[in-house]
Amino acid sequence: MTDAIFRPYAPSDAERSDRSAGDRARHRLKVRESIRENIADIIAEESIIGQNRDRIIKVPIRGIREYRFIYGDNTPAVGQGNGDSESGQVVGKARSQGTGEDKAGDQPGADYYETDVTLEELIDIMFEDLELPDLERKALRQIEAFRMSKRKGYRSVGIRIRLDKRRTARERARRRMAVVSHRPADRLDSPAAPEMPVTRRFPFHDDDLIYRHMTTDTRRESNAVVLCLMDTSGSMDTMKKYLARSFFFLLYQFICTKYRNVEIAFIAHHTEAKEVTEEEFFHKGESGGTFISSAYLKALDIIQARYHPSLWNIYAFHCSDGDNFDSDNPQALRAARELSDVCNLFGYGEIKPLGSRYYESSMLNIFRRLDADNFQTVLIERKEDIWPSFKAFLGKDRGAREQQS
Amino acid sequence: MANYALKDLEYWDARIREKVQEFGLDCYPQEFELCDHNQMLGYMAYSGMPSHYPHWSYGKAYEKLKTLYDHGVSGLPYEMVINSSPALAYLMRDNTLCLQILTIAHVYGHNDFFKNNFTFRSTRAEFTISTFKSHADRVRTYIEDPSIGYEKVENVLDAAHSLSLQCRRNLAVRKLSVGEERERLAEAAVRPPDPFQKIHKRQEHGEVDLKRSPPSPEEDILLFIRDHNPFLTNWERDLLTIVHEGAQYFIPQIETKIMNEGWASFWHKRILDSLDLPQELHLEFLVRHNQVVRPIPGGLNPYHLGLRMWEDIERCGSDPTPEERERIPAGKNGRDLLFETREVDRDASFIRRWLGEWLMRDLDLIRVEPRGDDLVISDVSDEEGWRTVKELLLKSVGMGSVPVIRIEDADHGGMRTLLLSHAHDGRDLQLENAERTLAYIHRLWGRDIVLETVMNGKKATLTYGEKGFAAKAAK
Repeated sequence: MTDAIFRPYAPSDAERSDRSAGDRARHRLKVRESIRENIADIIAEESIIGQNRDRIIKVPIRGIREYRFIYGDNTPAVGQGNGDSESGQVVGKARSQGTGEDKAGDQPGADYYETDVTLEELIDIMFEDLELPDLERKALRQIEAFRMSKRKGYRSVGIRIRLDKRRTARERARRRMAVVSHRPADRLDSPAAPEMPVTRRFPFHDDDLIYRHMTTDTRRESNAVVLCLMDTSGSMDTMKKYLARSFFFLLYQFICTKYRNVEIAFIAHHTEAKEVTEEEFFHKGESGGTFISSAYLKALDIIQARYHPSLWNIYAFHCSDGDNFDSDNPQALRAARELSDVCNLFGYGEIKPLGSRYYESSMLNIFRRLDADNFQTVLIERKEDIWPSFKAFLGKDRGAREQQS
Repeated sequence: MANYALKDLEYWDARIREKVQEFGLDCYPQEFELCDHNQMLGYMAYSGMPSHYPHWSYGKAYEKLKTLYDHGVSGLPYEMVINSSPALAYLMRDNTLCLQILTIAHVYGHNDFFKNNFTFRSTRAEFTISTFKSHADRVRTYIEDPSIGYEKVENVLDAAHSLSLQCRRNLAVRKLSVGEERERLAEAAVRPPDPFQKIHKRQEHGEVDLKRSPPSPEEDILLFIRDHNPFLTNWERDLLTIVHEGAQYFIPQIETKIMNEGWASFWHKRILDSLDLPQELHLEFLVRHNQVVRPIPGGLNPYHLGLRMWEDIERCGSDPTPEERERIPAGKNGRDLLFETREVDRDASFIRRWLGEWLMRDLDLIRVEPRGDDLVISDVSDEEGWRTVKELLLKSVGMGSVPVIRIEDADHGGMRTLLLSHAHDGRDLQLENAERTLAYIHRLWGRDIVLETVMNGKKATLTYGEKGFAAKAAK
């Protein structure tokens, strides 16, 4: 028997040998694809709406399992008891894992397996899915932001951390070559004497040092405001509010990805409208009737006062259950037309969960008469409608359309 | 962090090697490589192979292993051995000296086993690593070929992976060529001469369809598709070959999991006991050994079951019960039985021959079946139940965990539809997996696929065609 060979541990190899990196990246890509395919289901999950962007959420995914012919769940198995097993004893829950044979890796995972993504990543995936052209930006009044990081050439003076080692070394090499090629010349200013052999030390000189130069950079910000309008009259129940909230959430997140400086305003209305905080907006119920026009007028006031259309990209969306006082309709229509004139995009979402009294009254018919090309009405009946209607809504963006034409 | 130097390992290896020879184990040359836990995870994801073709499933395996490891759900195995000549084993650098000694001894057990067990004869150990290397090179060539590319290769690999274990199980039996098979069928169809044919009623003469393809039901699905789908390109054929050959390496391991782990545990125990370890090493060894071979209630630890069975075989040789004496050939001692069994058995035959009633009772083996929402013990290894339990164990060990699917006809109904049949043994197929796997077969075969099986006690036909999947139960 020959001696065994021991190959010692080589840390340098270990650092370089991340051999699965490529396959991991490919796997992650597939996970992402799978998320994209199920995006409509995922964003309808309540746990996502209203969360912080940095939060890590668990997303159930299907489709990255490796399928084989395997036996079904009703297959009996042989196991080892604890020493005093009796027939008829219950030893666990069916379909749970880890019972029975240790089958060489062909045991399927749970039907769904979950993966961690940050909300940020999820939102990216969502908006990749939209494939919308970039939105127009109104760039008049901007908040100026300073950034220190812009590079602008090289200098021979600077602070130590900005020393460019590569260029410095090159400079030294250049100087050294010059010295060597002019060996006969007796250059007094050179630190290397002419008779000095080439292999001798050839230290850096102050003149060799090269520093990266940085300048401060001013960058213009583009502004957008999201106006959330919602009917808080007695007929808006929790389910309807939840659907509305999901929609506002998407809209806000989307606008955030497109503009640097995004503000949000909440306008709640019943027979009269007022600006409220987010908390009040979603949680405080009011009773009473509905004048939709009141909200639109209030929105116009706010725009007039704080978000002038020449300076701000304005996105307004109104959620209601369509239950408006008839007498208010003409006025609402007029206000809506005005609002469409000042907004990039203005939408009306009618929220009628299935099972609610459907044909009772609807603003959809009335808004049909509004022919502004940046106005869109959508009907949301259940969670699954949110994503399609959101896509339809954004398709109307004036900026996007102008860019295309 | 480690309490040893490389020369300590070499010292202990030399001592272990002496014992290995003394005990008569017969090993390939052995190589050890020290690695850290990240490298170990990497090797595990690729079944230990130093080079392997890329596929996302290995990335997934890595992520899964790493998640489990980082969360402390599962530790890493102490060792990993590749069945090759020379045998290649990885040792975790962070393990203690005692664990390294245990591992080295354990590795020699595996090494002896796969050099001598009959199931491993079909894998040519001296070529294992170079075969996988050649596979990797070929797959990378296809990926880099601008007319093929990653996506197309992945499509074929995904499909092929799902079928890689749908192949012949007993690799020691030679596969007949199509010509030989037809000859055999023709011979079988000729009736033996009947001396009483004058008085016998003339038997109906069944004609053999020699044109039928395959001549008799075929288990090697990948190879059959490779050879009989004329629309596959050469690189697609080669990918099917690669996946098939890759799986062939694992089949002996799947088929001998219990024997193999039991054998290695049996010998590492024996070797370490005989080494006169210093006391503190010996105590740690006992702890580690018991962690490895402990029974897992509700599950079945192959290390435990295997070890107990090998110990029992040795006992049979030295101290047989009267019944056993009848069964065991005369003149064989425990050692003879051990070495003979490690050569000629695989898990199923090993259990059939050597797992007796009293050992089953001692191990408290139980048959568990789902009833409603609960898992219920249906049989225990008592006088009535042990045969039922053993029957099920025999059915589920080794490749028994993979359903037998055979190709019956490659031109079903004259439409080049592929007709498959599932050899149903009381266990139904899992439907979603069956559906997806049929889709993969369809991808490779290019025409409709029909699978005949049994679902909930009724004959059922699963089909996959242009319009997708359909399941139909017979009336």
